Amino acid sequence: MTEIYMDHAATTPVRPEVLEAMMPYFSVEFGNASSIYSWGRRAHHGLDQARDTIAGLIGARPEEIVFTASGSEAANMALKGAAWGLRSKGNHIITTAVEHHAVLDSALWLEKNGFEVTFLPVDSEGRVSPEQVRDAIRPDTILVSVMHANNEVGTIQPIAEIGSVVKESGALFHTDAVQTMGVLDIDLSRLDIDLLSFSAHKFYGPKGVGALFVRKGVRLDPLVHGGAQERRRRAGTENVAGIVGMAKALELAVAEREVEVPRITKLRDQLIRGLREIPHTRVNGSLSERLPNNVSVCFEFIEGESLLLNLDMRGIAASSGSACTSGSLEPSHVLLAMGLSHEIAHGSLRLTLGRENTENDIEYVLNELPDIVHRLREMSPLYDK
Amino acid sequence: MYSEKVMDHFTNPRNVGELPDADGVGEVGNARCGDIMKLWIKVEDGRISDVKFKTFGCGAAIATSSIVTELAKGKTLDEAEQISNRAVAEALDGLPPIKMHCSNLAADALREAIADYRKKHNME
Repeated sequence: MTEIYMDHAATTPVRPEVLEAMMPYFSVEFGNASSIYSWGRRAHHGLDQARDTIAGLIGARPEEIVFTASGSEAANMALKGAAWGLRSKGNHIITTAVEHHAVLDSALWLEKNGFEVTFLPVDSEGRVSPEQVRDAIRPDTILVSVMHANNEVGTIQPIAEIGSVVKESGALFHTDAVQTMGVLDIDLSRLDIDLLSFSAHKFYGPKGVGALFVRKGVRLDPLVHGGAQERRRRAGTENVAGIVGMAKALELAVAEREVEVPRITKLRDQLIRGLREIPHTRVNGSLSERLPNNVSVCFEFIEGESLLLNLDMRGIAASSGSACTSGSLEPSHVLLAMGLSHEIAHGSLRLTLGRENTENDIEYVLNELPDIVHRLREMSPLYDK
Repeated sequence: MYSEKVMDHFTNPRNVGELPDADGVGEVGNARCGDIMKLWIKVEDGRISDVKFKTFGCGAAIATSSIVTELAKGKTLDEAEQISNRAVAEALDGLPPIKMHCSNLAADALREAIADYRKKHNME
């Protein structure tokens, strides 16, 4: 049976080159990077090299990279660490209504613990403007968190401009770059960003490795206590193999970006064009400021989980923002924040392309999808031909 | 996550469609929560002689709708009224716990249709 994976925003396969780079650190070079004997030193050397590589690829200094166990942990550390660290300076935090739950739920937790949080609304394409951020900043604002690109609808936020606005105010700026690392150019030597979180498994690295860029001079309270690792900012024996894998994966992604991004953008646009031919279909997010691999649509009158099950039966792996698939009773908070009705948000489909996808895959999906949508509409009481 | 039986009814739903000359119609759920079931029944000599459904919803919603039509067909109104949501789930070899509440409404739709029939025929 044909099997097509189109959920690269969820996770990606580890590239063989990445796995190869990681392998020695599981067995031969198994040492604890904090130990002083040769095994420890060799592990530490691997760690240092990985840190240098990653820092170099994003315009940061090695000591500004803090490794974590996930992108979610990095985002939690950015929000909670900055909030607690800056508590004496102010009590106000700004973020957006469309953030990933790692940011959103951290903000809600801080709200529960006495901080005041402003959740900025977005326009119909899911964008927040620098002016909105400027208007929301108060004298007691200590942190602003706006994602680089949205994981559900692919909309890219104007983070360079927002960063400048935040810098003027003296607050810290965090951006969740989990979806953009290795895909878009991120040069932290030129961007006004204080904190930036990312995750290896979104760019063909291993799961269980994330990182937070912490600009020199920014003080964060650690989340994980208990050791001197990562300059006392994150305790825990380093996942050397994973970190080495992350560095290799980012190196490859950046090296191949110039070729891969235009290739995948073309496939994306081909897919969007094809899906638009299905009646009662709307494309979510911005068409111009969009992740090169993201396709997000809503099919009216049908529900997302049914759609995914049908796609799975035909070998296509995708995701949806329907309530059933979001694990709650509500459909995607992102689609609702963009002004979609519950009814339409339940019928959302996200296809995110990756390295292995080809034009044949696009054709296959475009061949199968209209039939599935038609079938489900035929049994929908909402559909009135 | 779904049983084979759920997948069978989801993939090949029985009795999909509408009955233009239905004797009773039931509708439950709302688009907000993502599940709407509409069910039509035809009644002859106090028995459900035909039943059809249309459902907007997840796999569980479609499968429960499908199997409730099978369970109801041929039953007297009193018998059909006794079919519970739990019985529907059991007939499908169970549903994931999260689906028990939100998407297990098919028996409710059937009861609505029976109530509608009784109302129309002054049998309340």
